[in-house]
Amino acid sequence: MASDQKVLEVNDLNVHYFTPRGAVIAANAVNLYVKEGEIVGLVGESGCGKTTVAMSILQMVSAPGRIVGGEIKIEGQNIVNLPEKELRKIRWRKLALIPQGAMNSLNPVIKIREQMEDGITAHEKVRGVALRDKVFKLLNDVGLPERVYNMFPHELSGGMKQRVCIAMAVALNPVIIIADEPTSALDVVVQRVVAQTLLDVKTRLGVSMIMIGHDMGLQAQMVDRVAVMYAGNLVEVGPVGSIFEHPYHPYTRLLIDAIPSTKQKKSLKVTEGLTHDLRNPPRGCCFQFRCPFVRDACREKPPAFKQMAPDHFVACVQY
Amino acid sequence: MEQPIISVQDATKIYGGGFLSTSKPFVALDRFSLDIYESQAKIVTIAGESGSGKTTLANLVLGFILPSSGKIMYKGQDVSTMTREQRRIYRKEVQAIFQDPYEVYNPFYRVSHIFNMVVRHFNLAQNKNEAQQLIEDALNVVGLRGSEILEKYPHQLSGGQRQRIMVARAYMLRPRLIVADEPVSAVDASLRAMILDIMLKLRDRHHISFLYITHDLSTAYQISDKMYVLFQGTTVERGNAGKIIENPRHPYVQELIDSIPVPDPKMKWNTNITLPPEEVMRMKSSVGCRFYPRCAKHMDICTRAFPEYTQVEEDHEVACYLYQ
Repeated sequence: MASDQKVLEVNDLNVHYFTPRGAVIAANAVNLYVKEGEIVGLVGESGCGKTTVAMSILQMVSAPGRIVGGEIKIEGQNIVNLPEKELRKIRWRKLALIPQGAMNSLNPVIKIREQMEDGITAHEKVRGVALRDKVFKLLNDVGLPERVYNMFPHELSGGMKQRVCIAMAVALNPVIIIADEPTSALDVVVQRVVAQTLLDVKTRLGVSMIMIGHDMGLQAQMVDRVAVMYAGNLVEVGPVGSIFEHPYHPYTRLLIDAIPSTKQKKSLKVTEGLTHDLRNPPRGCCFQFRCPFVRDACREKPPAFKQMAPDHFVACVQY
Repeated sequence: MEQPIISVQDATKIYGGGFLSTSKPFVALDRFSLDIYESQAKIVTIAGESGSGKTTLANLVLGFILPSSGKIMYKGQDVSTMTREQRRIYRKEVQAIFQDPYEVYNPFYRVSHIFNMVVRHFNLAQNKNEAQQLIEDALNVVGLRGSEILEKYPHQLSGGQRQRIMVARAYMLRPRLIVADEPVSAVDASLRAMILDIMLKLRDRHHISFLYITHDLSTAYQISDKMYVLFQGTTVERGNAGKIIENPRHPYVQELIDSIPVPDPKMKWNTNITLPPEEVMRMKSSVGCRFYPRCAKHMDICTRAFPEYTQVEEDHEVACYLYQ
């Protein structure tokens, strides 16, 4: 299980997207770490900055976005502003990505075999039969038959393509895998199969993972710790058990309450209010416009993180 | 007996397999039947995974495609043989809401254009003021104000607003039935509740029925009255939505409900499910139970003919040999 070694540290990360009408603050002083062998879930609604944080970790924020502050350490090495040549060595070797809608991220005119081999040969000197065996083994690891080796992406179902992406992500034994909504476009049964594959691969290789998603149910099933983001800010971080047992931040509570249940009928919770314009955030708490418990103190200064339980931190003035 | 507003009678849709075609015919929807009555507005869920025929059914009911066999009747009139005037009324009274609130808008037009176009096309108002009032009323039903959004462009609106505008547009025509094809699968959790809430309101206050097409059984459980679970074009279980989800009988529906992630870290999945290889997943033949290759409880009889519907309790039927 998870040891105390931190394989990834994100310190004070600030990412802005520069637009003609001001900078959009997509990540505001985000602090996050991932320990060895741990799965951290990053949740929040669309547009809250989840993917921006993930892309920052990979150093793939594209213009007009830019990392304006903070550091990202992988096994102690800060990779912010590292030259492209150095980054290329780290990417895929240490940092792998399972992209959002992974099923559409495969090249439709190239066989699975070539796509998988491409990544491997760029980093390792494996050729010929050894290379083929390695690909076979990877496919086998994610529960795909060997015939996939010679197939094109369109011949595979969504769940299979997703598993090809998982196989590619683990090909070089990375330190950390970033899975950006790995199951979002899949049917519920296939989602479960893919989730099983991910967990299985993770246990076998002891790799750490950041799992981005908005489905709290799936998070409950898969992750060890949850980090909740709202409008570019981290609002609550804690062990999954602790978060579900006692969500301290009103937004976390809202996310958990919004999961439709199949066990009992409950009235639907409707929240009013819109997220502020990310170009000029309000003074104080980022959630003040939608928070049912908002009070004057919320509008003055942003709340600091406070520890509520072991490893469980929340940024809310209530506490 | 009251006449149903929409009645799907043994509708089958087969794609391909024509006279010169080399490919095998593909049964997208197999003998589907459904009645919705005007006097009791209902939310009817059509649930199933991708490729189960959900959207084919939606397209049939909306009149976009015609069934290969069977009939779609609108107020007793076959949709395929309607006169122009009948079709106009049908088009007005059966409305649609689609999955992606980002793709249904033309980015070059302001929001007001969508409403004005509808008003003009269906002659809903005599003059501008009346039209304005109509639009405002429709927007209020979904909790929006005309002054806030009518002059905006689609890209200036949030996903939730866009989806609500589509509901308002549909509502403006005072439809009897709204076909909602995955209306909440592309929006966030908090917006999802809002849109489902509007659907309930339209059903209870304005007596509009819904054909709610989804793959998400949990939202179906929360809002719908009746449910049909489709698997590869066949209806495997049908009846009261609550009864089906609380006590599923068909092995497929059981697997489906078991796979919904439970939002409780203390109740993790403890069993692993495996799917058979792709080539046997989709059965070559169209006789017998389609779930046969994936079913843990399959028997020899399952491949011979499609099982008859067995009533397991009141308003709850299942097509499976286990219950015969």
